[in-house]
Amino acid sequence: MNQTRFLNVILALYVACIFAFIFAPILFSLVFSFNSQRFPTIPLGDFTTEWYAKIFADPDVWVAARNSLTVSVCTSIVATFLGFCTAYSDFRYNFRFKGPYLALILLPPTIPLIIMALAMLAWLSKLGLSGHLWSIILAHSVLTAPFAMAIIRLRLNQMDPDLESAAWNLGGSEWKAMRHVIIPFCMPSIVSALCLTAAVSFDEFAVSWFVSGLNKTVPVVILEIVQGNIDPQVNAIGTFVFLTSMTLVILAQVFFISRQVKSHS
Amino acid sequence: MTEPLVTFRNVKKHFGDFVAVRDMDLDIYPGEFLAIMGSSGCGKTTTLRMLAGLDSPTSGEIHIGGEMMNEVKPHERDTPLVWQSLALFPFLNARENVEFGLKMRGVEKAERARRALEWLERMEIGEFADRNITTLSGGQKQRVALARSLVMEPKMLLLDEPLSALDANLVIRMQAVLTRLQKELGITFVYVTHSQSEAFAMADRVVIMSQGEIAQIGSPKDIYRAPANRFVAEFVGRNNILTGTLVSQDGTGVVISTPSGKFVATTPEMSRPDGSDATFVVSADLVNVSLSEPDAENRIQCTLISEEFVGSMVTLFLESPDSHEFKVQMQERDLIELDLHSGSQIWLCWAVENAHVLDGE
Repeated sequence: MNQTRFLNVILALYVACIFAFIFAPILFSLVFSFNSQRFPTIPLGDFTTEWYAKIFADPDVWVAARNSLTVSVCTSIVATFLGFCTAYSDFRYNFRFKGPYLALILLPPTIPLIIMALAMLAWLSKLGLSGHLWSIILAHSVLTAPFAMAIIRLRLNQMDPDLESAAWNLGGSEWKAMRHVIIPFCMPSIVSALCLTAAVSFDEFAVSWFVSGLNKTVPVVILEIVQGNIDPQVNAIGTFVFLTSMTLVILAQVFFISRQVKSHS
Repeated sequence: MTEPLVTFRNVKKHFGDFVAVRDMDLDIYPGEFLAIMGSSGCGKTTTLRMLAGLDSPTSGEIHIGGEMMNEVKPHERDTPLVWQSLALFPFLNARENVEFGLKMRGVEKAERARRALEWLERMEIGEFADRNITTLSGGQKQRVALARSLVMEPKMLLLDEPLSALDANLVIRMQAVLTRLQKELGITFVYVTHSQSEAFAMADRVVIMSQGEIAQIGSPKDIYRAPANRFVAEFVGRNNILTGTLVSQDGTGVVISTPSGKFVATTPEMSRPDGSDATFVVSADLVNVSLSEPDAENRIQCTLISEEFVGSMVTLFLESPDSHEFKVQMQERDLIELDLHSGSQIWLCWAVENAHVLDGE
């Protein structure tokens, strides 16, 4: 009894350390975003919202935020659509070369981002498609579709395969069965996939930087701020980006995990 | 003679090298309760799926109501199915589940809600109409699944082992519900099951399948008392099966010599020469037991090996001097009077008319 308690304490400490390790830099940037001093030094200066005021006054940041929002919303829709189609085709059909087909779809996240970004730039400019906002959408969709596919495929795994046949049996055509059975069943995972792909796209720097041309997204603007002048503005904008992505990821978790628990109970 | 509602003509179904159904000929009549029974992999579910259009025959023809159905898609048929898994839609409540088929058929909202509620009431689960499917009990889900199919007002209802997930006492209740419904609606039920008690309790006719073929079609009584072949006799169970050679025959019976002795059985429909192989069966509940040698044509002395109790019935397992196993089924209260124990020597006897010769074996 005592021993398990001791073990639990050790485990809790261990988990706390991991969280500290992951979140310390973010917490650090959050704290210094409200610090009046120009350089991150201790002891801290006064509390200030000056840096937030500064970035919110910067029109470049607003343009970038709008770009990032457009890109992540469009990306999440395209990627989730692609992910859904792939997940469903894997669930429903057996065909030759299914293995390579799936491998191809799941490949993008395994490629180093910088290589991916360079390849995207080379390929898109060859096609004359680089330098637009939708070039980023295109590239990000390729990058994030596997995440959507994985989430939706997991949900389909929980589906009784008879459900779809039952819809046909009750007079629904294949399209109606898709609309009234498959999509409603997958809805939690679809919302989850939308949030997650939006989060990944919103954060992504390398590919955006390479293919965006003059259409900067938030991460690209952050780099420019860092390169131009070191001041706590970057902490403020970083905190803002972190909160956005975190919210999306947590939403994705809530939709997916809560439904998972429900369907198992 | 009524026209059959469904005809299978020479239907085959292959899945790759596996033959699920071979050369099936079957007529299903309007208003009958037909059970298709067999062990797993015998092709019974495939047969049902072909009726629903979920699998199409490799060759042969299936007609429903005189129409050739081989290429008709599942959603263009009127063959609702009650699934073994029930396949209720978890994201819809009970009423929406029942409405589903009507919605697919384009019935307008108020009308389909009315009909769905009517059926839920009829299945005695009206109070659960707005409940989430996952919160219902097994028996309630079963009723929702039935309502969902029957609200379509089909001519034929297909059922794929619908009771296999229920507790024993609930099975008995649902059997009563099903038979009553079938009689009231007067529609055809095609019921697939591996359970002999379900099939025999409910069906007008039973089809026994083995390895993709029909082994016998008949009323439960026919199948129980007059199995067509060794497979059916063994499948039905509780049968004593004896094989030997035909010694003599006349108008009233045949004499068959087996390693356990000579026995007289009823004349088979098919005549065959003396000296040919012959097999006959005696149902375990038609064998009488006595301590002294009985005055009967068919008798044999055996040693009691073991007893098996099932409620008020008991099955005795015995062994003849040539080590052939005999089974006797009797009321438990009759057994007590005999005061038997393992190793007891007892006499078995049965009437000539209860010894049924198998065709062609």
